[in-house]
Amino acid sequence: MNFLTKATLVIGMSTAIIASAALADGHAKENPAVAARQHQMQMIGYSIGILGAVAKGEMEYDAAMVSGAASNLATLASMDRATLWIEGTEQGAVDGSRAKAEIWSDPDGFAEKFSALGDAATALVGAADAAAVGAGMGSLGGACKACHETYRGPKN
Amino acid sequence: MRSLIKLAAICAALGGAVFWWLTAPPALLPVYGQGHDADVTRGAQIFTAAGCASCHSAPNAEGNDAKLVLAGGHSFASDFGTFYAPNISPGDQGIGGWSLPEFARAVTKGVSPEGRHYYPAFPYTSYQHMDETDVADLFAYMQTLPPSDTASQRHDVGFPFNIRRGLGLWKLVFMKPDYLLAGPLSPELERGRYLVETLSHCAECHTPRNALGGLDRTAWLAGAPNPSGKGEIPNITSGGLDWSEEDLIYYFESGLTPDYDSVGGSMAAVVSNLAQLPESDRAAIAAYLKAVPAAP
Repeated sequence: MNFLTKATLVIGMSTAIIASAALADGHAKENPAVAARQHQMQMIGYSIGILGAVAKGEMEYDAAMVSGAASNLATLASMDRATLWIEGTEQGAVDGSRAKAEIWSDPDGFAEKFSALGDAATALVGAADAAAVGAGMGSLGGACKACHETYRGPKN
Repeated sequence: MRSLIKLAAICAALGGAVFWWLTAPPALLPVYGQGHDADVTRGAQIFTAAGCASCHSAPNAEGNDAKLVLAGGHSFASDFGTFYAPNISPGDQGIGGWSLPEFARAVTKGVSPEGRHYYPAFPYTSYQHMDETDVADLFAYMQTLPPSDTASQRHDVGFPFNIRRGLGLWKLVFMKPDYLLAGPLSPELERGRYLVETLSHCAECHTPRNALGGLDRTAWLAGAPNPSGKGEIPNITSGGLDWSEEDLIYYFESGLTPDYDSVGGSMAAVVSNLAQLPESDRAAIAAYLKAVPAAP
């Protein structure tokens, strides 16, 4: 190995180390409210996933799973927003956020979208079979879409 | 010296004449959609597939009825300036009083009834492939919508892009008359191509553009920066999207991705439109996306 290859290797490795350190650092500094919101969204996605899989026939209908997913969804939609949607945590202001500033300029509209999700979820509690779940998926997906259309920014 | 000036003057005049000739908008077709009885119900479906209301409704319109008032006013930022969707309601400020040949030239050639080129923010480069009967049905349907007296806003575009005649050159270079996915295709793929490349004009956002705003057809549907300045519009070829055809169809109907995230931004309006089409159309779009060359 000549000097030049060695030098390149060393420079390459140190760049990688610095880069990963910077990445880890960026992760550590993630805004806790943003992280909590993303976990809330993950829980929402998980519950909708159960309902969607039943509707699509990928998962066998199970009353406890369907009603559990629907009522968890309703709970998630009703979570108090004061501790989660903290002003100044919009996209561009903090890392990782895709929340649009409209959330804070139009809080009533934003609240309405969450209550639409709650209503769509509540309607699915006790859905008697896969067809009934499928019939409710439209308004559930519609609730997600309506909010994300207005209040979520594009992927970075 | 004097003969040199003369020569320069002649060259300039000649150049101007050639420019004028090259950039002349196409003439009106005197006859269009002849022998076709316009079908308003079909026209409504073309209207939905083409997403007319998504851009031409008033920016704050909520609910299906409000979105059918095509008052215009949505703004579209670009590298060339800001474009405003015009009023295309069947009133005096819109397309009231237009003839079918005028409407057809506007939609498929990008030329106003007065013979001025439109900016390609209006996706006529996609709509150029529209069937005559579809244009006629669409025109008939749009006459049934409520008129709006909102005046269209002027585009905010600087020199030299504010010279409309220059758009004639742009069309010569960038308005490719052929489909990207070449035949022979199955009937389903043909339908998918008509929806993706023509009516639903997917490439207008999902294909990157060059410095002059022409689509880069070598990177068809390969994703592009969002003209809003934030984020990326995704690659929707199989090179960028590993969803199954069933996943795609389900997404077009429900707005939910395979991992149960949901559609957002401008695509939310697109999904609202696609959800209203027949299931076979959503399947045709999915089949097309699987057939189109995979871009990295």
